[in-house]
Amino acid sequence: MLALAVVAISFFALPLIGLIWRAPWSKAWAYLSDHAAVTALRLSLQTSLWATALSVLFGVPLAWLLARTQFPGRSAVRALCTLSMVLPPVVGGVALFFALGRRGLIGQWIYRWFDYQLPFTTAAVVVAQTFVAMPFLVITVEAALRQLDTAPEDAARTLGASRWYGFRRVTLPAIRPALVAGAVLSWARALGEFGATITFAGNYPGTTQTMPLAVYLARETNPEQAIVLSLLMIAISFAVLVTLRDRWFGNRRDTAVLS
Amino acid sequence: MRFTTTPFIAALAICVVAATSCSTSAPTGDVVVFAASSLTAAFTEMGTAFNAATPDAHITFNFAGSADLVTQLTEGAPADLFVSADDSNMKKVTDAELNAGAPLSIAKNTFAIIVGKGNPKGITTVADLAKPGLVVVLCAETVPCGKGAARILANAAVTITPKSLEDKVKGVVSKVTSGEADAGIVFVTDVKAAGDTAQGVDIPADLNVISNYPIVVTKQSQNAHAAQAFIDFVASAAGRAILAKYGFLAP
Repeated sequence: MLALAVVAISFFALPLIGLIWRAPWSKAWAYLSDHAAVTALRLSLQTSLWATALSVLFGVPLAWLLARTQFPGRSAVRALCTLSMVLPPVVGGVALFFALGRRGLIGQWIYRWFDYQLPFTTAAVVVAQTFVAMPFLVITVEAALRQLDTAPEDAARTLGASRWYGFRRVTLPAIRPALVAGAVLSWARALGEFGATITFAGNYPGTTQTMPLAVYLARETNPEQAIVLSLLMIAISFAVLVTLRDRWFGNRRDTAVLS
Repeated sequence: MRFTTTPFIAALAICVVAATSCSTSAPTGDVVVFAASSLTAAFTEMGTAFNAATPDAHITFNFAGSADLVTQLTEGAPADLFVSADDSNMKKVTDAELNAGAPLSIAKNTFAIIVGKGNPKGITTVADLAKPGLVVVLCAETVPCGKGAARILANAAVTITPKSLEDKVKGVVSKVTSGEADAGIVFVTDVKAAGDTAQGVDIPADLNVISNYPIVVTKQSQNAHAAQAFIDFVASAAGRAILAKYGFLAP
């Protein structure tokens, strides 16, 4: 067991060590403070946080619907809403074109009535990221809702709490660790999103060129800068994952006490 | 006797087709070709024709942006041949001494403006690309089509703000054919390859840029003999005819 686990750790660690090994440390700061890199990083952080917020706003009700209600075709709806996890992101981007593009199913009406074209805007980046990231939140929160004992929620309702009040004050705090985990997973997926973004939103510095796109393009002209930018992305993600991981453990204890 | 003469005749046939010096043994084994994305359609047909003419050799392709291919080569990706869509990416390979022998020019390409079917925005000149409200996408300057587009816009003294800088020429084509973008600057051959989903607007010769397509055998090639046979095939009349069919100009 241990030997296999060590193989698994090396499998994840070696590529990272490879990056660190090849990184041009003496020039790192120059590459990082480069205007284009700073712009791409800022855009990536903004769009991925927006995508996370939208995933929580729409994903939690969706998870609740899937976990707590019975309706015909529920498995089909669940499969549909998590399909973008397995879809090649480029295909996702093309599909978004067909739905929301200037000639798309809905997009053509938006373009006709409001003269608004979603592709090539920062909003399109957020849409592409949300499309691929939200399922991670949905499945995490749905699993937590399924495992959760509904007795405290029912008790709240018998004590006169409205359904929304009970959900907000009893259910949500109980599934908080799963909610945080799901949100972090979505955020991480949104931050690394490449295929759907370049297909649906395009690539333009300042509006749609996020870090992964900047890294990809830098790789072709300036591989050293690509390595430095990749390491920065990894450092940010690593810091967030480590910090929040500790908090989940803390929260998990709380939950145990609660239930 | 009859058994041994057949391969000899086949080899002789290839030498005749290729019209260059070659050893008497027929090319065999696998040949991996790293070719610029703009050659996708033409070289796919080229490969089929070559495989048919030389049944003992087998060509496989890796199509990507020229700059991307150079990165893969420098990282040690196994290729027998490299074809770039411009001289500058070939220079990176020769500077790194990853080549065996001098590059040979196999074709030339020029640029055109690609617009939607029926040219709905009525674009006729390079200057029209600067019209307000027009959605223009270009290649990033890291790839040959982006370098060419930038030079054409400079030649025409036109400044535009594209909505996107695509990482490969097919990205520009798909954004125009899907109707999201109104126009872009791509290779003439890409307009042709897009068929009736798009159409081209000619760029006059005094503004246009000619891109050269050099091919070279890699230093690491384990099958240089078959690789050279493919180059000879591309440079033969049959090979030239295939390239011309897809809109490429003679080198």
